[in-house]
Amino acid sequence: MEKRAIDWWVGIFVLLGIAALVVLALRVGNLSGFAYNEGYVLHADFSNVGSLKPRSPVKLGGVTIGEVTHIGMDPKTFMAKVTMRIEPKVKLPTDTGASIYTEGLLGEQYVSIQPGGMPQDLQPGGTITMTQSAVNIDQLIGQMVFSKASGK
Amino acid sequence: MAFMEFIPNLGRRTLRTVPNLGTASRFLLLSLFAVANRHFSIQQLLKQVYGFGVRSLLLMMVAAFFTGMVLGFQGYYALVRFGATSALGTLVALSLLRELGPVLTALLFAGRAGSALTAEISSMKATEQLSAMEMMAVNPLAWVVAPRLWAGIFVVPILCVIFDLVGIFGGYLISVPVLGVDGGTFWAQMQSNVAFSGDILTGLFKALCFGLVVTWIAAWQGYAAQPTAEGVGNATTISVVTASLAVLGLDFILTAFLFT
Repeated sequence: MEKRAIDWWVGIFVLLGIAALVVLALRVGNLSGFAYNEGYVLHADFSNVGSLKPRSPVKLGGVTIGEVTHIGMDPKTFMAKVTMRIEPKVKLPTDTGASIYTEGLLGEQYVSIQPGGMPQDLQPGGTITMTQSAVNIDQLIGQMVFSKASGK
Repeated sequence: MAFMEFIPNLGRRTLRTVPNLGTASRFLLLSLFAVANRHFSIQQLLKQVYGFGVRSLLLMMVAAFFTGMVLGFQGYYALVRFGATSALGTLVALSLLRELGPVLTALLFAGRAGSALTAEISSMKATEQLSAMEMMAVNPLAWVVAPRLWAGIFVVPILCVIFDLVGIFGGYLISVPVLGVDGGTFWAQMQSNVAFSGDILTGLFKALCFGLVVTWIAAWQGYAAQPTAEGVGNATTISVVTASLAVLGLDFILTAFLFT
């Protein structure tokens, strides 16, 4: 094999590898998810977060507008503190509500935002006060079973 | 009687294996750092990248294509019972990126390039070419072993990326046009569940480790082979068997560390 031909083939091989990585990154991986890095931070206190996890989506009207970055516990109030990053172009009023819903019956849990009507917007780092906790399916089933068993 | 032989044999084997492992490690380090030696040539490295990489490309792509298609089929039949075929894209992509891509690439690489590497180095030893180099004050680690070792480390991740991509494409071809899964859901579910650094890059890191281990074992088995025709044959067999087992074992350890 001639020297120059080998150089060419190795060059093509490396380019093919880089091209494959780029395609994987853009088409398969969610590099676009990194866009939330420049979003602003909001907090919300829930009494129960269910199986919500960091990276769970934050949705408004079914459209993803951010993601959960951290879930912690407030040691004073014993409430779960959910930290979210929201796209900078979405400005939420101060009386915005947040609830935790499940996609389908067994799907992933997400934070759903219900925007309010106040003229002032929530500032970065602000807290959403009106929250509705995750629906606990186990508890619902338990209540149903007990109410049936006790008879009327 | 055979049992009585077993215990002292075990001890003798252990006593032989431990220093061998040390010598093999010394061999690895000396070869890796032989890049600084004046007998290390980039042209040799490119020649090996061509031999290991470019000439394995077609094999890898065919293997990846069929692996992806089988994943699509089997995943579909498992998921359709729960009405969860929307997760098929995620299943195909994650299986390939995290496990099948790196492991199958490394196993095929051990069979395709590792065996050839062991046979080449051990026959160089059997025909005393390695000793001849030393006589001419050419360091065989720098001239022969280092380009092959670095080529292996360099080539396996690239082959792995291509394997992943072709495999996902094969899975797509079976899932969407053949089995009728919705194409938009296939890609969207995949994108929302595959992380670039967590899944794609860690998979490639695995491939890098496998490339190092497979070429190391292959080169060492060739270098330490008995310089006879039989020795060349034995070394080639041992090289492929050890490299394959090492890849599978190392995969378990890496998975336990990387994906927790």
